[in-house]
Amino acid sequence: MRHTISILVENKFGVLSRVAGLFSGRGYNIESISVGETLDPKISVMTIVTKGEEAIVEQITKQLNKLIDVIKVQDLFEIDHVEREMVLIKVAPPQQLKAEALRLAEIFRGRVVDSSQKTYTIEITGDEKKIEAFVELMKPMGVKEFVRSGKIAIAREKAKQ
Amino acid sequence: MKITGSQIIVESLKKEGVKHIFGYPGGVVLNIFDALYDAKDIQLILTRHEQGATHMADGYARSTGKVGVALVTSGPGATNTVTGIATAAMDSIPIVVLTGQVPTMLIGNDAFQEADIVGITRPCCKYNYLVKDINDLAYTIKEAFHIASSGRPGPVVIDLPKDISAGTGKFHWPDKLNIRSYNPTLEGNRWMIEKAAEKISRSKKPVIIAGGGVILSGASDELRIFAEHTDIPVTTTLMGIGAFPTEHHLSLGMPGMHGTYYANMAIQESDLLIAVGMRFDDRVTGKLDAFAPNAEIIHIDIDPTSIRKNVDVDIPIVGDSTKVLFTLNQILKDKDKPQWDEVRKAWIKQLDEWKKARPLSYRFEENIIKPQYVIEKLYEATGGDAIITTEVGQNQMWAAQFFKFKKPRTFLTSGGLGTMGYGFPAALGAQVAFPDKTVIDIAGDGSIQMNIQELATAVIYSLPVKVAILNNHYLGMVRQWQELFFNERYSHSYLNEVPNFVKLAEAYGAVGLRAEKPSDVEPVIREALSVRKPVFMDFVIDWKEKVYPMVPAGAPIDQMLFDEQPKKEDKKLKAVK
Repeated sequence: MRHTISILVENKFGVLSRVAGLFSGRGYNIESISVGETLDPKISVMTIVTKGEEAIVEQITKQLNKLIDVIKVQDLFEIDHVEREMVLIKVAPPQQLKAEALRLAEIFRGRVVDSSQKTYTIEITGDEKKIEAFVELMKPMGVKEFVRSGKIAIAREKAKQ
Repeated sequence: MKITGSQIIVESLKKEGVKHIFGYPGGVVLNIFDALYDAKDIQLILTRHEQGATHMADGYARSTGKVGVALVTSGPGATNTVTGIATAAMDSIPIVVLTGQVPTMLIGNDAFQEADIVGITRPCCKYNYLVKDINDLAYTIKEAFHIASSGRPGPVVIDLPKDISAGTGKFHWPDKLNIRSYNPTLEGNRWMIEKAAEKISRSKKPVIIAGGGVILSGASDELRIFAEHTDIPVTTTLMGIGAFPTEHHLSLGMPGMHGTYYANMAIQESDLLIAVGMRFDDRVTGKLDAFAPNAEIIHIDIDPTSIRKNVDVDIPIVGDSTKVLFTLNQILKDKDKPQWDEVRKAWIKQLDEWKKARPLSYRFEENIIKPQYVIEKLYEATGGDAIITTEVGQNQMWAAQFFKFKKPRTFLTSGGLGTMGYGFPAALGAQVAFPDKTVIDIAGDGSIQMNIQELATAVIYSLPVKVAILNNHYLGMVRQWQELFFNERYSHSYLNEVPNFVKLAEAYGAVGLRAEKPSDVEPVIREALSVRKPVFMDFVIDWKEKVYPMVPAGAPIDQMLFDEQPKKEDKKLKAVK
């Protein structure tokens, strides 16, 4: 199963490679990883997407917890949460499809963040399925290049009873 | 008042109570060595190789329970410590390795003798640091010692750029540490321990497997109280040897690949395994899905990652072995002892039958020295009052099988990594800690040649370590596998010319003795023990001798090979890797 793991770590050099090294050293796979500072600049949050059976993911979370610089590990698998990733996609649609590209971007609530005579660069955020659907739709438009961010995720705040 | 970084390092080490450092100088650590020149409370043992220094620090740590310290230079000095660091990591040994680094300005510039040792050692140490600010030095050293020695212990590396050790700053020793992300769980969950006690009091065929964690935690006394009160037999893993006296009536010796028949049978037949401070290494479990098929498992370990890593566990208890066993003993004290006395009679009887049926044994011969005989004689000559280290291979297994250990921290061996060349420097480290104790390295002729240069260290520092070389001109364990599983194709396991160990010892200024027949063994040992000098005892042993029992890798642990068994004809055994 695919798990999204959120890890609070000390914001020090070398921490990312400790975490990534833990995965590579034990033969676990990272599907995506994203890192950023939190409100406290001494702490960063990493969101890692990995795949594995229950026992493997249990080992992964335990091993992550064991790292000296890791403050908290949360497997969001069984927790209601919001996930987002972003894609920047540069398309070069033929003249007759230019309007269509912009229309599709609008449907997906994308934003054109750059344009040239031949290309549009569109920013889309959303969950994985939305991103994939958009990329598929854009393919006939002549995708020149696209970059995807890693996933970021946050647990939903529980509504008060 | 400002002092140099090197002086801060030395002062910090003093604060940590460091008395001995094992090291080797070089360009970027000259300032530190210079500061040590005046440090009367700290003795630096100059080794002949940085690997030797780390193994010595490791042997020092294993025998004393304190943190061992090594100090080396950058680049090759630092990379030479990697095997020692990995060895300590696999066996959870607290050492702090101080490595020199090129000045901060040059880091990343491929400067002379630069190596990214923080990057290189990251996967094989518990934690590491690159100190970039002189004001962090003292705190870093305090934190490093704390991390190395607490929780599940392990090696910590501190990389010290030259400008940091040469620069000046204020020495401020921190009162306390604040590591928000590191809080090892020491107390086991009370509810879980109670559940465990309940299972223990009901079990009919329980077995305790004690590992190195029992020794590291100092839980031997609690373990003994636990076993004796509940009448549960104890098997000690290679790393757990010494945690429970070998000659105790409840001792089953070592389990696993070269474990005793009765330990393996007991595990396979048991209805409850109580694993303490051990991690179900593949050398212990053999074929995993055939391991202890009828047993429920209680696993006590300070490291949560050890629990459910290899085997499924019914009652996991994360905590320090001493504390958990103490609580368990308190709970069991109130339980009705006669209740289990009765049900376990049959089990104890069965164990005694297994012990009688296949004890550890070998065939003594008049004309050729059997390695097991040498170890028996070493035991007799010392009365078991010795620190034994081993190299890796047959020598290690025979030592584990035939020497009888009474106390923890008296058997030092590279269990996890299986480092040939470990035993001799580790013995020197232990001898530095205990100058008046008998320290013996049980070695093979292959292994001893891996760190033989430390003989110079032994001679110069008058460390009277005795090395018993079980000399068969082979990499014995490799040969054994080739004989059993590779149709006797002895590809590169024959060492052909081995040095004349007697002359070699003499060349270094040590004593060399040779025994060629069984009647030489006792006199050689007696003479070796009577001189206060390092001694190489060269025992020319039966080169055909193998370690039995043996569970072929990947087989269930109750499928053991014995000496008398026809080996080559058994096709089933060849099928396993």
